[in-house]
Amino acid sequence: MVVYIFRRLIAAVLLLFVVTAITFLIFFGVPRLGGATADDLASRYVGKTASGQQIHDTAEKLGFTDPLYEQYGRFVKGLFAGADYDTGVSIDHCPAPCLGYSFITHNPVLPDLLDRLPVTLSLASGAAVLWLLGGVATGVVSALKRGSFFDRASMSVALAGVSLPIFFTGLLSLSIFSYALEWTPPGGTNPVDADNPFDWAAALILPWITLALLYAAQYARLTRAGMLETMEEDFIRTARAKGLRERTVVVKHGLRSALTPILTIFGLDLGLLLGGAILTETTYSLPGIGQYAVIAITNQDLPKVLGVTLVGAIFIILANLVVDLLYAVVDPRVRNS
Amino acid sequence: MSSQTEDYLDAPEPRPEQVGGETFLEVRDLKVHFPTDDGVVKSVDGLSFQLERGKTLGIVGESGSGKSVTSLSIMGLHKAGTAKVSGEILLNGRNLIGASREEVRQLRGKNMAMIFQDPLSAMHPYYTVGHQIIEAYRIHHNVSKAVARKHAIDMLDRVGIPNPKGRADDYPHQFSGGMRQRAMIAMALSCDPELLIADEPTTALDVTVQAQILDLIRDLQQEFNSAVIIITHDLGVVAELADDILVMYAGRCIEYGNADDIFREPQHPYTWGLLGSMPRLDRDRTDRLLPIKGTPPSLINVPSGCPFHPRCSFSQLNGGSSETEVPELRDVGGGHQVACHLSADDRLRVWTTEIKPKL
Repeated sequence: MVVYIFRRLIAAVLLLFVVTAITFLIFFGVPRLGGATADDLASRYVGKTASGQQIHDTAEKLGFTDPLYEQYGRFVKGLFAGADYDTGVSIDHCPAPCLGYSFITHNPVLPDLLDRLPVTLSLASGAAVLWLLGGVATGVVSALKRGSFFDRASMSVALAGVSLPIFFTGLLSLSIFSYALEWTPPGGTNPVDADNPFDWAAALILPWITLALLYAAQYARLTRAGMLETMEEDFIRTARAKGLRERTVVVKHGLRSALTPILTIFGLDLGLLLGGAILTETTYSLPGIGQYAVIAITNQDLPKVLGVTLVGAIFIILANLVVDLLYAVVDPRVRNS
Repeated sequence: MSSQTEDYLDAPEPRPEQVGGETFLEVRDLKVHFPTDDGVVKSVDGLSFQLERGKTLGIVGESGSGKSVTSLSIMGLHKAGTAKVSGEILLNGRNLIGASREEVRQLRGKNMAMIFQDPLSAMHPYYTVGHQIIEAYRIHHNVSKAVARKHAIDMLDRVGIPNPKGRADDYPHQFSGGMRQRAMIAMALSCDPELLIADEPTTALDVTVQAQILDLIRDLQQEFNSAVIIITHDLGVVAELADDILVMYAGRCIEYGNADDIFREPQHPYTWGLLGSMPRLDRDRTDRLLPIKGTPPSLINVPSGCPFHPRCSFSQLNGGSSETEVPELRDVGGGHQVACHLSADDRLRVWTTEIKPKL
């Protein structure tokens, strides 16, 4: 088991390098393939009135004139050893792991991301609890009462939940609950407040519900399908033949099996969300990683984009690893093979 | 005659008389119908039998003859929403049809237990074998986990699982097929049920293991003095175990009698067909098996008259009544019952001249 985890961790690190290399190539290399020169790239980061000489100086300062592998090498070196960056007014040291400096604001990327991580974490974890509880419970009841009014109604709502985009449900709920009824603050500027968890929750409740609705719908459908299949299994008949109460049969014998595939998807969804819930954060103006990514991409601020991609990849790879390990905990057949 | 029968039967041994002797399970006119869009599926249509403690009843028939539905309805495990069950199932005098689901649930596992065909899919893959036995025991006994565990290990030991203490913590997939079925039996017997239903208990097992499992069921039956229903399509299995045999066809009983009568003087052409389909080692390999022609009938459109008549080679011998009249189950002497329009003389003649020599 330890060897397995160790092997997976090494593979994860290698995978991260591949991810950074590809991201680097896309943002730093592809424009060159399109014929853009180092000066063209640098012209985005200087004022409109800059002279050719100023642009060229900037290109040299940002390292665009160096070959691509040297630029990537500097980035990797920064990750492990830290780097010194010329911000224009001073030379700043960026300790390892250094994700670089913003080309535009000259802020180091990593502290920015760490500042924003709690927002995304709060958003994702709260929503995950809601959608997991709501989706699974709905799915189980739907499966047990297949064809009933509850089943048909909840599956219709689920279909709507999957189909409606967040910028629709989000804006709709904002206009109703925040502006018309004034129950919740309209978008959180500072939602993480450890001193007062109620303020924290109140500011996040709408984003949570909006985000959870999207996922809960999907999880309800998955759980329903899984339960319908599992409840037909022979071991369910055995459990009933023992004289177990129906609730025990459903929860202990049925749901336990039906949840295993859902666990996989849950891990991936959560990993993906931790890398930034872009639509939700944008709709509710939450200063999380997703919003940071949007700003970075809009401004073509390459170190920020690279940083966000790396952090997102780390979460997804970690989530995958955790899911695989959990699988072994849940299913003894995996553990022994 | 008896010597001839002995050698092809692998003779059912006479069993020592057990204490008990009064009817423990009685099924009267059991009907299990499933209404579907295409019509009513009459899985079981008027079945009656009785069983004493310490005795074994073999229910024999092809797939789809209603054997498993019968056993599931006794256990109350049939599809609750869709099945229409009528008649009486008296367990120790108590009618299970009409009893509440909760009452039947409390009887399940404790008073009646069941062994299933495929022990791999019938055990939960995520729980240890020991856990599953402990669970079965603790539903009906208010004891601590430690006591239940001791009992589970004891049960595993009694069904012949080596190192039961260690194996109790293994998962079903770590057991071999035969060991799994032993564990399944241990689970079924953990609450000392008076009625044990075994639904094709050896079908999924290696031939070498089948005999061991049958021996085990027989030994445990004597030890626990339980009533056993063994459901199978394999006449070899009932020859090993059953005191009485009930042959089912299209949801009905077409022949019923003690094992000796059924094997020595089978009366129904379908039973002859089942006997003829049984491979035997003592026969020349050049001889063909004598399979029953055709396929089992649809339970929605059961053939008119005797449901077996489209497949029966002798249905022309009685002036067409096979096609029009449903034959009654009639006693032909000594509790041996048969539902067939052939006259007693015809049956005897066909059996002695045409069928028996070929078996």
